Amino acid sequence: MDLNLTPQELAFRDEVRAWFGENVPKDWVRRRNEEESMVARFAYLRAWQKKMFDAGWAGVSWSKEYGGRGATLMEQVIFIEEMARAEAPPMANVLGLGLIGPTIIAFGNEAQKKRYLQKILSAEEIWCQGFSEPNAGSDLAALATEAKLDGDHFIVNGQKIWNSYGWAADWCELVVRTDPNVPKHQGLTVLLVDMKSPGVEVRGLKQMSGESEFCEIFFRDVRVPVENVVGKVNEGWKVAMGTLMHERGTFGAALQVNYRRNFNRLVEIAHQIQRNGKPASEDPVIRQKLAQCYTEIEVMRFNQMRAFSQINKTGVPGPEGSIQKIFWSELNQRFQQVAMEIMGPFGQLAHGAEHAFDQGQWEYGYLRSRGNTIEAGTSEIQRNIIGHFVLGLPKSY
Amino acid sequence: MQFGLSESQQILKNNARKFFAAECPMSEVRRIMETETAHDGKLWQSMAEQGFLGVVIPEEAGGMGLGMVELAALVEEMGRALVPGAFLATLAAGAAIHAAGSVRYLDEIAKGQVKATLALLESSASWDPDAVRMPAIHGEKLFVPDAGIADVMVVAARDGGELALYLVDGKTVEKTVMPAIDLTRRLYKISFNHANGERIAKGDAARKALDHALDVATVAACAELTGGMQRTMEIAVEYAKTRKQFGKPIGQYQAVQHQCADMFLLTESSRSATYFAAYALNEGVPEARSAVSVAKTYASDAGREVGNRGVQVQGGMGFTWENDVHLFYRRAKANEIAFGDATFHRERIARLVIDRMRASAAG
Repeated sequence: MDLNLTPQELAFRDEVRAWFGENVPKDWVRRRNEEESMVARFAYLRAWQKKMFDAGWAGVSWSKEYGGRGATLMEQVIFIEEMARAEAPPMANVLGLGLIGPTIIAFGNEAQKKRYLQKILSAEEIWCQGFSEPNAGSDLAALATEAKLDGDHFIVNGQKIWNSYGWAADWCELVVRTDPNVPKHQGLTVLLVDMKSPGVEVRGLKQMSGESEFCEIFFRDVRVPVENVVGKVNEGWKVAMGTLMHERGTFGAALQVNYRRNFNRLVEIAHQIQRNGKPASEDPVIRQKLAQCYTEIEVMRFNQMRAFSQINKTGVPGPEGSIQKIFWSELNQRFQQVAMEIMGPFGQLAHGAEHAFDQGQWEYGYLRSRGNTIEAGTSEIQRNIIGHFVLGLPKSY
Repeated sequence: MQFGLSESQQILKNNARKFFAAECPMSEVRRIMETETAHDGKLWQSMAEQGFLGVVIPEEAGGMGLGMVELAALVEEMGRALVPGAFLATLAAGAAIHAAGSVRYLDEIAKGQVKATLALLESSASWDPDAVRMPAIHGEKLFVPDAGIADVMVVAARDGGELALYLVDGKTVEKTVMPAIDLTRRLYKISFNHANGERIAKGDAARKALDHALDVATVAACAELTGGMQRTMEIAVEYAKTRKQFGKPIGQYQAVQHQCADMFLLTESSRSATYFAAYALNEGVPEARSAVSVAKTYASDAGREVGNRGVQVQGGMGFTWENDVHLFYRRAKANEIAFGDATFHRERIARLVIDRMRASAAG
């Protein structure tokens, strides 16, 4: 057991830290909490990604061949942590960089790599995923959007839902049914679909937190050239699962830094805000709850370090990897509730309210965290995965 | 960075698992726990021969001179096997002696010739060394683990106003067993009647030695909890795979399966926290003490929760005397309490982390 960084890793960290130190836009921290249209915000993040791309920092995990840095897993973790620590804006093309690019690298052909990868890195083309449907959520393989071959094109009909960035996307990684006459996992295919194709319609989906991060996408007789199949026809399940593996990978590294920053801010508030004539931080019950949050944020960090080490050593995630999603999502919900308790009546104040702490971001954080145990695989699905694939219990569904 | 056991650490852990499977199966645990002192001299001697009793005692003092991570690996396996007896008590006493700058008894401890314990708690039942009130060396100590077989006791007492540590011959004091929840380890009330003892530390030195001994013992308790959770989960999962109701293994029902998944999450997270604390303590990093409290906070609650699910998953069978799970359930409660429960350690985190954040903001 050795938790020290190697000299190379330290050098990499210093380089990353120096670059972010000089280049993170100074107005971001203020701007982050300001009311701004989704479109204007996105343009800002797109420009930021272009800046990172020009300096060679977009897609650090991608191999050099495809325009990345070929960073080791530890370097990726360092990069993500430094980016969070510097309070850098996120990159605009989140799904392209984290999920779809790696999927094209793993399963795509040379022409596809040449056509799409560079534009993902530069944020010239924004990507979304078309996976879930109204009747295929956790049971993804039950999806019904169909694609019928017509000469050298597929004709796509159907509906997708919960598409993050659908409103901004130029392209979509779409999972469709190409053979309805075989068991459900065997008749699926992954297509790369130009969102400007005739017949594609995107509608915003307003969430309980008030934003419209997600969309619904409707496909009506949309023509997709056959050269846009990723992998092979009817082998889409393998490709889709490869994408989801990335979704559950290094994602937690930035979360851990953000959670710690939120915790530190909450402690500051607890030192200021009064409860029974004393700072809330002196109240024994509040102290217990804050210390429990600290404990869980630390344990999340240790679990991650273990998981990264395991992947680094063996190339595959260890059993501790599968608990991460449950851990961070449930922890955040508990943390947001503790924040609400500490702030009392002030906690409910929304953006724009006088007396709200931090421009109302806690009211938003509380509502947004409710989605954490649902997005990227519900807690129930995560527990099924642990039960069946880790503990070897019979499949329940 | 490598968060995980090195090859030699893994070998130590594997060997410990094999050793305890052979030398201390559950039938032996049940036999030993029925004896007066819940201690077995033959098992103790075999453990000494393996080097287990001196794992963190320096080589020049007769031990193996290994670190906290190796200790955690060994103790995790002892927890998984529910090894009865005075290991934790002797470990805490040895760590206090060593941290006080003494090597008295360390060689004998490593060889298995001397068993020791740490007498700290009084009627205030506080794990905080500041709560020690007993004058040297006259009065009562409570909850002293395995004192029945301890040849020597490290006793925390007041010398004038100052905290001090004494070595007291275990045979010269009056011991009364305090029957308690963990059947595999006895607790005692000790009455000192103007006892003689050799003072090994006083004032700051005594406080530092005691703090260190408690940190070492706390990490060991976390490792034991983790091992106990691992075994409880294994037993429950095995049952869920084989027990059938309504024509299916009960582990196929999500209500049962998700309890097993929770046991896994709690066990693995306790493991991460324990090994981080062991590593931090070993390396002497600044946040070592808060890391110890993080581990004990998490593992204390997790140990109880895994125990609850381990019984629940097995239904009525889980509630029987014959089922081994209750023995782990009992040990988990005792270890939850030992060296401070989650509430105690959360308050310690509040002092180490939360209060300091105000101090640093003001400064």
